[in-house]
Amino acid sequence: MERILSVDDLHISFDTYDGEVRAVRGVTFDLYKGETLAIVGESGSGKSVMSKSIMGLIPKPSGRVVKGTIKYQNRDITKISNKELRELRGSEISIIFQDPMTSLNPTMTINNQIMEGILVHQKITKKEAEKKVVSLLELVGITNAADRVKQYPHQFSGGMQQRVVIAMALACNPAILIADEPTTALDVTVQAQVLELLKDIQKKMDTSIIFITHDLGVVANIADRVAVMYAGKVVEIGKTDEVFYNPQHPYTKGLLAAMPDLTIDQEELKTIPGSPPNLLYPPPGDAFSLRNEHALKIDFLHDPPMFKVTETHSAATWLLHEKASKVTKEIEGKQRVKIATSDQIAKKEIGKEKLLEVKELKQHFKGGKNSVIKAVDGVSFDIYEGETFGLVGESGCGKSTTGRTLVRLYDATSGEVYFKGVDIHKKNVLNLNKDIQMIFQDPYSSLNPRWTVADIIAEGMDIHGLYTSKANRMEKVYELLKTVGLAEEHANRYPHEFSGGQRQRIGIARALAVDPKFIIADEPISALDVSIQAQITNLLKKLQKEKNLTYLFIAHDLSMVKYISDRVGVMYQGKLVEVADSDELYDNPLHPYTKSLLSAIPVPDPEVEKKRIRIPKGEWAIESEDCKLREITDGHWVACTEDELDSYRSKSEDTALLV
Amino acid sequence: MKKYIASRVGYMLFTFLIIATFTFFLMQTLPGSPFNDERLSSTQKEVLNERYGLNEPLSVQYFKYLGNITKGDFGVSFQFDGRSVSSIIGERIGVSAILGAQSLIAGMIIGLFLGIIAALRHNTFIDYGAMVVAVLGLSIPNFVLAGLLQYWVGVRLGWLPVAFWEGFEYSILPTIALAAFVVATMARFMRTEMLDVLGNEYITTARAKGIKEYTVILKHGLRNAMIPIITILGPLTVSLMTGTLVVEKIFSVPGLGEQFVKSILTNDYPVIMGVTLFYSLLFIIVILIVDLLYGVVDPRIRLSGGGRREGK
Repeated sequence: MERILSVDDLHISFDTYDGEVRAVRGVTFDLYKGETLAIVGESGSGKSVMSKSIMGLIPKPSGRVVKGTIKYQNRDITKISNKELRELRGSEISIIFQDPMTSLNPTMTINNQIMEGILVHQKITKKEAEKKVVSLLELVGITNAADRVKQYPHQFSGGMQQRVVIAMALACNPAILIADEPTTALDVTVQAQVLELLKDIQKKMDTSIIFITHDLGVVANIADRVAVMYAGKVVEIGKTDEVFYNPQHPYTKGLLAAMPDLTIDQEELKTIPGSPPNLLYPPPGDAFSLRNEHALKIDFLHDPPMFKVTETHSAATWLLHEKASKVTKEIEGKQRVKIATSDQIAKKEIGKEKLLEVKELKQHFKGGKNSVIKAVDGVSFDIYEGETFGLVGESGCGKSTTGRTLVRLYDATSGEVYFKGVDIHKKNVLNLNKDIQMIFQDPYSSLNPRWTVADIIAEGMDIHGLYTSKANRMEKVYELLKTVGLAEEHANRYPHEFSGGQRQRIGIARALAVDPKFIIADEPISALDVSIQAQITNLLKKLQKEKNLTYLFIAHDLSMVKYISDRVGVMYQGKLVEVADSDELYDNPLHPYTKSLLSAIPVPDPEVEKKRIRIPKGEWAIESEDCKLREITDGHWVACTEDELDSYRSKSEDTALLV
Repeated sequence: MKKYIASRVGYMLFTFLIIATFTFFLMQTLPGSPFNDERLSSTQKEVLNERYGLNEPLSVQYFKYLGNITKGDFGVSFQFDGRSVSSIIGERIGVSAILGAQSLIAGMIIGLFLGIIAALRHNTFIDYGAMVVAVLGLSIPNFVLAGLLQYWVGVRLGWLPVAFWEGFEYSILPTIALAAFVVATMARFMRTEMLDVLGNEYITTARAKGIKEYTVILKHGLRNAMIPIITILGPLTVSLMTGTLVVEKIFSVPGLGEQFVKSILTNDYPVIMGVTLFYSLLFIIVILIVDLLYGVVDPRIRLSGGGRREGK
């Protein structure tokens, strides 16, 4: 294969007031023509900075290339003049960013934004360029392209905006396309479409793609090769199959293990302890050794070089050194024993008591003058004591609004909510606030930055008067901190001193402070890195067991929902379309929307991804008066009309016979 | 959009009515009368009061006054016998308008330029220099600056005339005295907005297309940075209007502000009220223009049928 780009020993640093942050510390890789190289890593691993440096887009003056080369067509991108760099940008190398909303200029029509790049690089007239814009938009799948070119970005949906961004990047038919988390801000079904689009375009134009992501499922779906980055270094690189099925570096192994596996039941997710190092003071040796329970002595002292596993696969770990082969076997043995013992799963006992009953809950918001936004439009479900009820759906489906309406953050338009048999939307009972608590999505904005952790956690106790003295109050705070895996000395610190995962722990401690029975967790892990997600999920599970808590778990990440939930409800446009036990729902989805949603989730397994067939959103009678939740089989409810009911019943009988 | 403008004009008229009412009754609480010259006999005073309708009940005076305003009649000056307030405003406004427009335009251009340069050279000597200028412009009151300019540039150096209004060179010093505040405000806002906008991903995207840096700044940066800048145009215009009161007086510029100050000193009620209302009307119109300008600059507002930006 023809080598198109080669990065050699690249070091990038940022000068800050605290000192030099070494964001990229010696990255080496090659990119071949027509391939997709995925770069995986947690936030702060340097993957984004590295990719921007390929286009000379590191923010200046704080950022600089310390040493190393980026060779493209016998030229070193780190050394060429600004003029030469501009000639490369957009025409030879293009980039797509994460959030299409912010990467499009809100005050320019999309025609002008796409045309701008074409006119700089190609000697064609404006008329010809305009024609090209229309054909580009058609290529990326925008219908009515000729009319829509005159529109502004805000008139497009998120997925369509990302298509516009892709069209913009492809305008001059670049040889290399850098995609920096291009699907992270999108819903799963839209993500699946965008991934298909990228693959399709790659086939047509033979573009090389550098795909940056933290989602291993997406990697398995799109990548030919994978590079795993940790603390500014590539720790493992190889063909996708090699890295997924034969990972060598402990970090890669940890990442893969931390993903919930949809195909098997696990009692507890594997986690990577701790959090990534601060690159102001990069640790000596293997940066991952601090989080690696099987770290060798040499890991703390010397930086491991890249060891070759096969011609195409190499990893930077001392375990691959010939002298370490004995140790390697020992560690593998230990891990195998662990897996074997953790295999027995005790089925959780769920009470038969209904803790929460929601009946025909509606939450309508006033839009403009005459429009009403039906955020939640007649939702009914029950939650039993001790269970975890998952609520999934795409953005805007009303899942978060449902959660917020339950705790009366909004006053419901109509409907009834019974908590232990009491209609909580009629009476204003303070005790109920104590029994129901919330955990929010964004651990950064949901903690008051001017309060100490102790005050944040204790606020609920203050309101409900749950302690006898000041000493007693602090005692309780310390206990809560320990419960969520933090230490006593954290009590007097402020939120900004903590990492994302730690902040989410504080959020959980705050919710637990008043001894609630029921916790509504609104996307509690979606803002966190993969390895941290597993830690928080395990913590939530552990707390449920210890304190007999009941959860409403709201998320868009379906694999996490399946892992944590006993039953799952799928929402679409303000309505519940399907409710079932989580295994039943994943094994035997009935509603066309659920099917399409499930078929869009990328699984971190390249073999599965190769065989994936995405089911497009089918049609069903959602507008029909008669359409309501009906029980198909025991505990499996689907929104359907009387007519559809029979066909669902017969289908589910068919599958039952097959099993 | 038409509906939006109509409703806005309705609100404007209502605001204007409230201001007119306030000025009328406030004026009544002022001590003294226009005719309290000791040389006038009581009969003479009565005749004058009769002639100007000051002996009628307050409510009658008030409604007469409102009725006249709708016809564009602000009454007759007490000081200048028989001259209508409208004609006094008409005669004086030209000079003030030139001075005001000159200060606003010059101030905005220089301020925007300083702000952009400061943002592009963030945390360098140029940035700090521009901000020192901005802080000075904000903190030195215009009457102090006016005096300093008169003394140094006018008297000591003898470069420019210190008073009166007989040509362009006469307008330079008052313009500088008035524009300093505009320059400072604009520079500070523009710097903040520009820094904010330059941090956006669409700027990086624009650079990634390979277009020239100044195109990136002007085409993608400036327009987006201008959106919030429009907000401060209203208050800036007002500060210019009030600024002219003092500055015109200091430079003996025969403008509306100078007349206003004179009228206050002589209790010339109709002129005071007339000028106050005139200023209020100008201000209300400026605010409407500013709101409509949003739509011109920001397509998100234009297409959703008008209205202010969220949160403003």
